[in-house]
Amino acid sequence: MTAMTKAPATPAALRVTGLSKSYGSHTVLRDITIDVRAGETLCLIGPSGSGKSTLLKCLNLLETPDSGEIWLGETCLTAARADVDAARARIGMVFQHFNLFPHMSVERNVTLALTAVKGMDREQARQRALRRLAEVGLAAFADRRPAQLSGGQQQRVAIARALAMEPEVMLFDEATSALDPELVKDVLAVMRDLASAGMTMAVVTHEMGFAREAADRVAFMCDGRLAEIDTPDRIFERADHPRLRQFLSQVL
Amino acid sequence: MDPSSQPDPASNALVNTFFNWDLIAQTFPRLITEGLLNTLTIAAGAIVVGIVIALLAALLLLSHRWWIRLPARLYVDIFRGLPVIITVMLVGVGLPAAGIRPFGTEPFGYAILAIGIISGAYTAEIFRSGIQSVDPGQLQAARSLGLSYLKAMRLVVVPQGIRRVLPAMAGQFVKDIKESSLVYLLGLAAGQRELYFIAQEEVARTYNSSPLIAAGLCYLCLTIPLTYVVNHLDKRLREGPKGGNPPAVADADVPPTPVSATAGVQA
Repeated sequence: MTAMTKAPATPAALRVTGLSKSYGSHTVLRDITIDVRAGETLCLIGPSGSGKSTLLKCLNLLETPDSGEIWLGETCLTAARADVDAARARIGMVFQHFNLFPHMSVERNVTLALTAVKGMDREQARQRALRRLAEVGLAAFADRRPAQLSGGQQQRVAIARALAMEPEVMLFDEATSALDPELVKDVLAVMRDLASAGMTMAVVTHEMGFAREAADRVAFMCDGRLAEIDTPDRIFERADHPRLRQFLSQVL
Repeated sequence: MDPSSQPDPASNALVNTFFNWDLIAQTFPRLITEGLLNTLTIAAGAIVVGIVIALLAALLLLSHRWWIRLPARLYVDIFRGLPVIITVMLVGVGLPAAGIRPFGTEPFGYAILAIGIISGAYTAEIFRSGIQSVDPGQLQAARSLGLSYLKAMRLVVVPQGIRRVLPAMAGQFVKDIKESSLVYLLGLAAGQRELYFIAQEEVARTYNSSPLIAAGLCYLCLTIPLTYVVNHLDKRLREGPKGGNPPAVADADVPPTPVSATAGVQA
């Protein structure tokens, strides 16, 4: 990874150039160049093993890329002396299996990083947590433990936890894949609201309905490459990439 | 006279040697007033020393770098592999003889250190297995929020790992209490004597083993309730406190209110 001295000319909320990643001899990501524009919802779709979740985890360096650059606004995250923890605090992430902290109350799940990373006092953090929980319809559950909530409720807490940090970008890694079908709609509703409120979002999803309606652009990945990126209309109605056509015929 | 009505001299001797109630009753006051407190002090001290060493060693054992793991691995293997009595003698007699006297001539401190070092070696492996059993997604979620590795471990991963190994820790605490009796080897001044030392003095004085039964009863009064208390704590942590809110049913989701446009957008 080389550190560039100057940010790229066109500012994007998140910009990736020439990103590659391998596990041993298995190449997962090959020379990915993509940006997430400020305020847009970018959906990443593709078959299992196509590298979309790995790409998402590279964006906040939960996975370390082998080569390439990642820029968050004017900050190069892949620079040798980048403050990765500070950058992560600016990027919210929601996981497939929620990953709430089971030994803490719902409220403490949301306030933990506010106090431990942002240095807010407990009361200030509590007020912010309750506001965020109210936005996802769960203020009444603040004192519960995550295990006492349904999967859909847990995922909404996880969204509130990420939003409480007031991130510049939100990453969603198959946020509804582990949910029972009847619980998916509430989580998607929260994500739609966020998108229409102007949050910059990168969303790995198998929910083609969500990608079609809520995304500004849809990126199709296969075999670790970015095969196609376009508006939902063009991706879903006028797909000309053979692998994309094949994928859509299987999932739609 | 019917010989069967005569008490059997052999069984009489057996009962007298182990269950001489006069001797047991005579030993109990010292055991309770002096021995119990000293045993508890040594055991509690060793447990605290052991936990501190174990936390550090467990974190080293979890490193991806072999040269960080190596000192912790050597420590664990050596002190789990040595007989307890050798470690107690090396620390309690060897250190002062070599001029290393952090506790002066006080055997109490050396006893706590020796048993703590042994306890730490066992507890380190217990902690390591507990921490490794925590879903890696927990560390990822904590790191994704901006927590440093050490903060994420301290606040998120380690507390969960330790909760999972509470029953194994209870076993270790029981071992520490029992091993506190080895301080006997180091010699103790009046007022410092723990349960076994007091019982052994009485045995030497009376040539009767009943005081050991009395001391044994005192140990059991400590070890058995401790196991149950820790298991109860473990159960409570798993199931939540009594009278807590019942788990929400899956279809009881409250419809979310729309997320406000100020929800963290800095576009």
